[in-house]
Amino acid sequence: MLDVAEHTIQAASPEEVREVVAAAAGAGRPLEIVGGGTKRGVGRTAGAEATLSLTGLDAVLDYAPEELVLTARPGARLKDLEKLVASEGQMLPFEPPRLAKLLGARGEPTLGGVLAANLSGPRRVRAGAARDHLLGFSAVNGRGEVFKAGGKVVKNVTGYDLSKLMAGSWGTLAVMTEVTIKVLPKPRMETTLLVFGLDERRAVEAMAAALNAPLEVSGAAHLPAAAAARGPLKAEMPVTALRLEGFAASVKARADSLAAALKPFGHAQALDGAHSRQFWTQVREVEAFWRDPRPLWRASVPPAAGWRMAEVAAEAIYDWGGGLVWALAEDGATVRAAARAVGGHATLYRGEAAIPAFDPLQGPLAALSGRIKAAFDPHSILNPGRLEA
Amino acid sequence: MPAPEPDLVARKAEIVRALKRIVAGEGVIGDPAALVPYESDGLSAYRQTPLAVVLPETTDQVARVLAWCQANGVKVVPRGAGTSLSGGALPLTDGVVLGMAKFNRILEIDYANRCAVVQPGVTNLAISQAVQADGFYYAPDPSSQIACTIGGNVAENSGGVHCLKYGLTTNNLLGVEIVTMAGEVIRLGSRAYDAAGYDLLGLVTGSEGLLGVVTEVTVRILPTPETARALLLGFPSVEAAGATVGDIIAAGVIPAGLEMMDKPAIQAAEAFVHAGYPTQAEALLIVELDGPEAECAELAGHVRALAKARGADFIRVSQDEAERLAFWAGRKAAFPAVGRIAPDYYCMDGTIPRRQLPHVLTRIYEMARDYGLGVANVFHAGDGNLHPLILYDADNAGELEKAEEFGAEILKLCVAVGGVLTGEHGVGVEKRDLMGEMFDATDLACQQRVKCAFDPELLLNPGKVFPSLHRCAELGRMHVHAGKIAFPDLPRF
Repeated sequence: MLDVAEHTIQAASPEEVREVVAAAAGAGRPLEIVGGGTKRGVGRTAGAEATLSLTGLDAVLDYAPEELVLTARPGARLKDLEKLVASEGQMLPFEPPRLAKLLGARGEPTLGGVLAANLSGPRRVRAGAARDHLLGFSAVNGRGEVFKAGGKVVKNVTGYDLSKLMAGSWGTLAVMTEVTIKVLPKPRMETTLLVFGLDERRAVEAMAAALNAPLEVSGAAHLPAAAAARGPLKAEMPVTALRLEGFAASVKARADSLAAALKPFGHAQALDGAHSRQFWTQVREVEAFWRDPRPLWRASVPPAAGWRMAEVAAEAIYDWGGGLVWALAEDGATVRAAARAVGGHATLYRGEAAIPAFDPLQGPLAALSGRIKAAFDPHSILNPGRLEA
Repeated sequence: MPAPEPDLVARKAEIVRALKRIVAGEGVIGDPAALVPYESDGLSAYRQTPLAVVLPETTDQVARVLAWCQANGVKVVPRGAGTSLSGGALPLTDGVVLGMAKFNRILEIDYANRCAVVQPGVTNLAISQAVQADGFYYAPDPSSQIACTIGGNVAENSGGVHCLKYGLTTNNLLGVEIVTMAGEVIRLGSRAYDAAGYDLLGLVTGSEGLLGVVTEVTVRILPTPETARALLLGFPSVEAAGATVGDIIAAGVIPAGLEMMDKPAIQAAEAFVHAGYPTQAEALLIVELDGPEAECAELAGHVRALAKARGADFIRVSQDEAERLAFWAGRKAAFPAVGRIAPDYYCMDGTIPRRQLPHVLTRIYEMARDYGLGVANVFHAGDGNLHPLILYDADNAGELEKAEEFGAEILKLCVAVGGVLTGEHGVGVEKRDLMGEMFDATDLACQQRVKCAFDPELLLNPGKVFPSLHRCAELGRMHVHAGKIAFPDLPRF
């Protein structure tokens, strides 16, 4: 039996995860669950008596490129997985961002971590989020029970879709020990069209015009002047960017149509493959705000309302066609209220605020979510307080 | 199904009166003759008469009906159009059917956020039709799309032939409003890409009407692809067709649709609709590509070459929209076509890793011989979702039971080769007793605790999905270790 009082426990096998969690449950001693630890600063846990690290559980168990599925332990490092699937001409479609530098953290993000936080990059507008690619998993719940849900095939509706529940639960329901995700072929080429000089409202309209055309736009972002100046563009005015990916003939044809669709917003300039890749990495990792000391909020709002966040943010950048807004603001309450006013929510990702990092739920939804938490973790020993802090 | 409670059946008159106080006029049906249309759903081998049917028109009425039923211990079976192929809407003789057919309005189309807000009784196809003129559509397209409702699609997480590229219902939803058995109205999701807290939208999708009743749905809509083109490919062997599917995906092509039919299915379809299918082929692939014209042309060339390299001896590429639709006509008519060659058929729905296809088909043919029943296979080949159609004659004593046994054996095989019991039709009543093939006692206990978080009295759609429903209080205390309940021999409930 492993000693829960020991500060950091490196689990070396799923069975050890079960032993640790069962012991913690039996003693009522809360655990902090971590992978690479890069997102540890988002919210906080309160009262954890030990940390359970999953970085040792990093094996790839099965990768069948022709079946579009990959099964791995949650501690598998994102960069290793991306290298592995790239060797077969494939990718993780939800384009998981690495936020270590943004959050001032060390370490390598893991698959379990990006799934637990349901993170996804610019391709979300077309391919969906982490939650859309988690097909099945095995885990240990807060009772110390080993269970599984979902499957290892891309199409499955057998039983409740607990994978959706695990994605975005920030380790508060169960500790995953094995996950199966869907992978897809990597596009042969990409190109990005840029339009300069739009204000936030016009930019959101331009992105909607692009996304509403049958062009399979796979990235739609807007950087206001201050962010665009920081480069790689080093532009002296705001820039709105639209990405196209796929086979060469298709990308070329769609780029022509996209330029035409964007005409009311200005002349579109193309960014070639290598620069396009670099640009979207910077959007994904929110590089414009790496060295800014101000509190950083991540707002998820209806895309058409994204520009409204400009009214409350000191500075902001816009991804997902306006649906994802990274906002720098001292006054968090105003940001949260603005996000709620348009039907969205805001989460504090970095810095301090007088209000909780995660937007608290209200009414019957809060009570229901509490019952779900209790169903999996009745003693509240997994990442206590993470979603409340 | 669980044995009906005589006490509830005896209270029918009182229950009907109470429901009429909530939903006035013709919204409550108690007359036995008028209940007949509600006796079964798309799994028509099972039927029983419900105690009563209530057809509310507002969310408030749904909430009051559910709250009254919970307070009075009355079971409720939600129903959309009743097209479930797994018995998801099979009524209970001691329960009330809550029909959502009157929730049939499209409330708002929001192009700026690429979504539509609709009531749950709107049909799947009606959503696409409402946005078609503006160049949009709703992607998931179950074959029952002219009849099935979006509320039912949410409950079943419905698929269709375009899932590989565009996902199932769950990947195309932004929000729902549900009413719990306690009568609480809860909104999950919004028009934003994600919501605060746990992803209860994802959890409710595909929960088969056991967690809540859907009263409003916000779906994502997509711009209609500029063009679509289909290829019809005939192969001398199932292996060659299967290998071609693998090659297409390995080449980086994700077709909008990728369907396979085996020889019995090809011949039945061709005899019925004369789609021009090669009746001597052992396997037929239909590959649909969509996108800009330039893309379809380029990819059609790739697919053609890959098929040829694997020995395809029948290759057609659609030259216009009429021809594309003709290629699909046979596949879309496959079920009724099979219905012409046998008095009855039973449609199964398992998913397998695609590489297992030749092995699984060989085993299915062997089983068909052993059972003395015919079988035809249609297959969503891109995502490994197999639909064997078992042919039988219900008038022959014992033949339905034999068909069911054959079907169960196929599904067990799907699980044994690394697949799952159901790819898109749901567990319902049909596969309920097979859940143990995929899940152990702990897995099922974890799922049932979710049920208890939503519906602690177990009144909403009981008898579906779970082989046995444990009382929630017991489940909370039960300790399950390594998949085994401690002291399994003790009588528990």
